[in-house]
Amino acid sequence: MTWYAFSGALEQGFAYGLMVLGVYLTFRILDFPDLTVDGSLPLGAAVSAVAITKGIDPYISLLLALAAGFVAGMVTGILNTKFKILHLLASILTMIALYSINIRIMGRPNMTLLGKSTILDPFYARGMEASIAAPILFGGISLLAVGFLMWFLHTEVGLAILATGDNKQMITSQGVNTHNVIIFGVGLSNALVALSGAMICQNQGAADVNMGVGTIVAGLASVIIGETVVGDRSIKRAVIAALMGSIIYRLAIAFALGLKLGKFSFSPSDLNLVTALLVVAALTLPKVRQRLRI
Amino acid sequence: MKKLLVLAFVLVMAASCAVQPGQKSYTVSVNQIVEHPALDAVRNGFQDTLKEKGYDVKYNVHIAQGNISTANLIARQILGEKPDLVLAIATPTAQACAQVIKKIPILITAVTDPVGAGLVDSLEKPGGNISGMTDMSPVDRQVDLIREFIPGIKKLGIIYNSGESNSISILKVLKEVSSARGIIVEEATVTNSSGVTQAAKSLVGRVEAIYIPTDNTVVSVFEAITKVAAENDLPLFAADVDSVPRGAVAALAIDYYRMGRQTGEMAARVLGGADTATMPVETLKDLKLYLNLKSAADMGISVPDSVRKRADKIIE
Repeated sequence: MTWYAFSGALEQGFAYGLMVLGVYLTFRILDFPDLTVDGSLPLGAAVSAVAITKGIDPYISLLLALAAGFVAGMVTGILNTKFKILHLLASILTMIALYSINIRIMGRPNMTLLGKSTILDPFYARGMEASIAAPILFGGISLLAVGFLMWFLHTEVGLAILATGDNKQMITSQGVNTHNVIIFGVGLSNALVALSGAMICQNQGAADVNMGVGTIVAGLASVIIGETVVGDRSIKRAVIAALMGSIIYRLAIAFALGLKLGKFSFSPSDLNLVTALLVVAALTLPKVRQRLRI
Repeated sequence: MKKLLVLAFVLVMAASCAVQPGQKSYTVSVNQIVEHPALDAVRNGFQDTLKEKGYDVKYNVHIAQGNISTANLIARQILGEKPDLVLAIATPTAQACAQVIKKIPILITAVTDPVGAGLVDSLEKPGGNISGMTDMSPVDRQVDLIREFIPGIKKLGIIYNSGESNSISILKVLKEVSSARGIIVEEATVTNSSGVTQAAKSLVGRVEAIYIPTDNTVVSVFEAITKVAAENDLPLFAADVDSVPRGAVAALAIDYYRMGRQTGEMAARVLGGADTATMPVETLKDLKLYLNLKSAADMGISVPDSVRKRADKIIE
């Protein structure tokens, strides 16, 4: 793996890391399988791209994306709690609706940001290379998000979210309105996902309505990889694990892209297969090591 | 004197390169969005042309398997490969490369609207490290072909994926071209390939013919439209020749292999030192016409002799 490929995997791992944190929040903590993310990732990208094109500061555009994602998540939460639609279906409905909404927001399916200002400009202005600036910035933002989640999950609201996912009956009897907790929790999760989408689109130079396809798959894979490799014994550890899982997942793809064994190199169409095998290896290695020690 | 010697040496080297390009070996990295007959044909045409011209080229071919985040990782990968030239096939991969790779020349190909995608300043003067070819469909000539089949056509249907920016560009042109000819365009949109049959059925009774643009989602399930069109005597026209054996009555289209060849010609110029900033974005002028007589019979339409005579290929 070259340095560029490595730093590219790091930056993607961090940028998608926020999305993984969002997926972790719903999937593991709230116990709410949420497919909204396939729509809220491009939603964040679309909002950010339109804002930047209209001359709004790229950093402010991140906040707008965050807010848009929060609203999208709330819609899923409301459909589930107030309209009594099964969580999976509620999130699918929001996801497919967001497809049309995203095209409405952009006015077209693909919006370019090439040549526009982005959150990375202050770094470039100091003469920093993209391969260094992007991992630093995205790493910084995702570490902030990790810190925020660690703090938040120990506040009263955070504990209510944890409890809602663990034992709905118990927390209801404590006088907490689980509906509001779910709406807020799914909102927060999608806010993180949309923020991730905004950073990704600024980094790749375009927002595309199809960029969200497969987000939930990558998110779930990353969460589980993180849990297996880093562990989930405490909330703090699990939050870090989610971010690490995202990085390991992107490193696996980067590794698969550059893989050449002697004269035999994999055909480009083997990419997904090789990525899957690498992830399997990453998941089983710790267990194999344990076995051998005994 | 020393400078003069150096200059002479450089000139000799340059001349020997021009005469025997085969002596130097080059690296070309390819970023392709997805494996697809048309896009693969572009790549093959590109590689064949450089090979025939005697270039010794090592290729790093990367295919993003339809995933935009992978296309971005590939762009970084390519940066590390330090190739002499980057070939980006299709719009999302071209954008991914353009964002990351600023110093290596990039040739884009099979991109419908390079200006709208933010890849070049203008088609005449790209202005940066990017030039290449567009595959904008010759929509006006395609509509004229449909009018040869159905002279008084008033309503034309189109099926496309509302999420494909290439299709949106084509739709815009189709509407302009059609209204100039007194034709109303009826749209049916899909968001994935499973919705295509339903979209085709929604056009039955509303239009006199269906036009399918070079839309990846719709073309991937072309047979589904063929079935609906044949059942309802609706003539079906395509914008790519590969769809003709799959059931279109006719297609007047870009030959993607030839497009790859022309991109290969551009690559030879870039490797020879030409500057992409002043190299206009090219289009493919000669088109191919394919006919399917069985489909014409199934869909209840007769093939005019004028069309039959100039067809490049007729499928019985």
